[in-house]
Amino acid sequence: MTDFAAEQWVTSMWDYSDKVLDHFMNPRNVGDVENPDGVGEVGSMACGDALRLTFKLGDDDRIVEAKFKTFGCGSAIASSSVLTEMVVGKTLLEAAVITNEDIARALGGLPREKMHCSVMGREALEAAMIDSYKRRGLDVPCELIIQDVEICHCFQVKKSTIKSAIKQHRLTEIEDVTHYTKAGGGCLSCHNDIRHIIDDVWDELNDKSGLIQLEVPDAPSHEDHRTTCIRDLVENDIARALRTDGGDIELVDVRGSTVRVRLTGACASCPSSQATIKGWVEAQLREHVGEDIDVIEERS
Amino acid sequence: MSGFNLLEGMPERPENGVYLDNNATTKMAPEVVEAMMPFITEYYGNPSSMHGFGAEASRAIDRTRERVAHLLGAESPSEIVFTSGGSESDNLAIIGTLRAMPEKKHIITSTVEHPAVLGQCRELASRQGYDVTYLGVDAQGMLDLDELRGALRDDTAIVSIMAANNETGVIFPTEEIGAIVKAAGVVFHVDAVQSAGKLPLDMASSTVDLLSISGHKIHACKGVGALYVRRGTKLRPLIVGGHQERGRRAGTENVTGLVGLGTACDLLREQRDEANIRVRELRDRLSSRILESVPSSRLNGHADKRLPNTANISFDYVEGEGVLLLLDRCGIGASSGSACTSGSLEPSHVLRAMGIPFIAAHGSIRFSLSRYNTVEEVDYTALVIPRIIERLRAITPFNEERQTF
Repeated sequence: MTDFAAEQWVTSMWDYSDKVLDHFMNPRNVGDVENPDGVGEVGSMACGDALRLTFKLGDDDRIVEAKFKTFGCGSAIASSSVLTEMVVGKTLLEAAVITNEDIARALGGLPREKMHCSVMGREALEAAMIDSYKRRGLDVPCELIIQDVEICHCFQVKKSTIKSAIKQHRLTEIEDVTHYTKAGGGCLSCHNDIRHIIDDVWDELNDKSGLIQLEVPDAPSHEDHRTTCIRDLVENDIARALRTDGGDIELVDVRGSTVRVRLTGACASCPSSQATIKGWVEAQLREHVGEDIDVIEERS
Repeated sequence: MSGFNLLEGMPERPENGVYLDNNATTKMAPEVVEAMMPFITEYYGNPSSMHGFGAEASRAIDRTRERVAHLLGAESPSEIVFTSGGSESDNLAIIGTLRAMPEKKHIITSTVEHPAVLGQCRELASRQGYDVTYLGVDAQGMLDLDELRGALRDDTAIVSIMAANNETGVIFPTEEIGAIVKAAGVVFHVDAVQSAGKLPLDMASSTVDLLSISGHKIHACKGVGALYVRRGTKLRPLIVGGHQERGRRAGTENVTGLVGLGTACDLLREQRDEANIRVRELRDRLSSRILESVPSSRLNGHADKRLPNTANISFDYVEGEGVLLLLDRCGIGASSGSACTSGSLEPSHVLRAMGIPFIAAHGSIRFSLSRYNTVEEVDYTALVIPRIIERLRAITPFNEERQTF
């Protein structure tokens, strides 16, 4: 018995913009940078697309040269090509804010089913940036790490929402994810993505069995949905990003729209902790939970 | 390597393009168009009407029924039920049989069927409590008939196995399958949409109970097809309402389309042997030239037990959609089993069922020819393909030495 998951959702693939076609037919910066300062490799042949991004840094961590090699469809090649043009001339921190939507926009838009090509571009950029810090023995700035992508376009559900639902409610089936988040309830084209997220989350949970308590806190039964979301974001995604820098974060409490957190580890003594709290943690929570969120740091 | 252009130096593109996607649909034969025209403009009557306007249309349908029966080698024209095409014929065969024997809850089909069959089976299994056995295929795309023998049960209502696969062209041994199925007293349906006109058909001596064909795959128009229903086969209608098709398919007939279908059947009968020999020569010329000139390329599916018009070739380390886009720019229409061309993230279910590795499945291109292709078109395509593959391979991070990150 075989599972024929998706072959009936066949869509026309030919509504590419002129810009996509131009970057596909005339790809810029094909190849490998010699003696690269950063290398990002994502995807595989099994997945159907893969990208290697290499770049060279000049003064001030500025990317002076970027090249790509891509296995994939027209829009994967176009996304890679336009990405190399977008990053050259930018410092790493400037490049870090390039989102997959920016890549798609630079191409004059991508068909919905092809947005994952722009996500691959963003992932390769992130991998290459992290690689460039690691090569130099430097800590990776947390600004590089967290970016969210929309998985279900029918209901505009983001990856972080799906991940937290899986963790909180111990979901294992796509159908359950749809029930909790709506993701996957429309055209069904994101079912494969959701499957991968479920698998990744469970791999993560099983790998780090010691951390399960930390990752899946027993939320107090009276805690409302919004608080649960905030807790999940702070204790999982945000904490993980800070940990790559040697820092950490704790959620103290949530009252109305005021979220009190405590920075620990390297972040506790970091002179820019206020910037981290206001500029980044608050921005994350506002984006994912609500614009009214106010984050206050509790000093230990 | 900046200033890279994927199409630089390609040979000049033929004015009318090169159509090599005949398993998707075919060009209408000029004779078919000509025969249909009066039924668009002049003979617009409803075949059920009791007047001269309708009589002409009614006669045209009778004539088509005879012509289709003739092509299929059916005993009687009354065994032909007209439908809207291959998918409706497949659905009518399966649903119509199940409704005629509601006590039987088991279906046997294969993993490589057309979505018209697989989609219906999936629906029946998930929503209506049917049990479906999917027979697997080997690396050549062939069935194991012992698996079929083992799968038949007392409550098996129908076995639905295609005559030839649309993606690879691989031919299944219909009569051998039929002998096993009929020995078990089970209804046997064959989707012959791809094979009609390419493989001989003789329903009078066949084991097949139900057989689907489609107009637009045989140079007639879209929206018309037929289901052969062996006399005595129980079948409930899918579309109910009027008395048309002796109550087996309600709805005013697509007279214009049917006139075209009848003409196309006659053309197939007249030209079949000759056309198939010529098409096979062209296909083999294209296929051998490509396989010789492109390293790391391979033919998918059984080399001999294959429709004369189809060549499914995999090119390692490239992704099919890119190939199709570049072919399109060169005026060549083909298709791919790659994930990216379908909107799903999985490559072709047919190639996966055959165990074709992902690297090859993503880079698979199907060339399907017709009697309208020429040797010039084949040679042009054989010239373009190696260049396209070479350029796309220059972009990919993978090669024989390096297959993963």
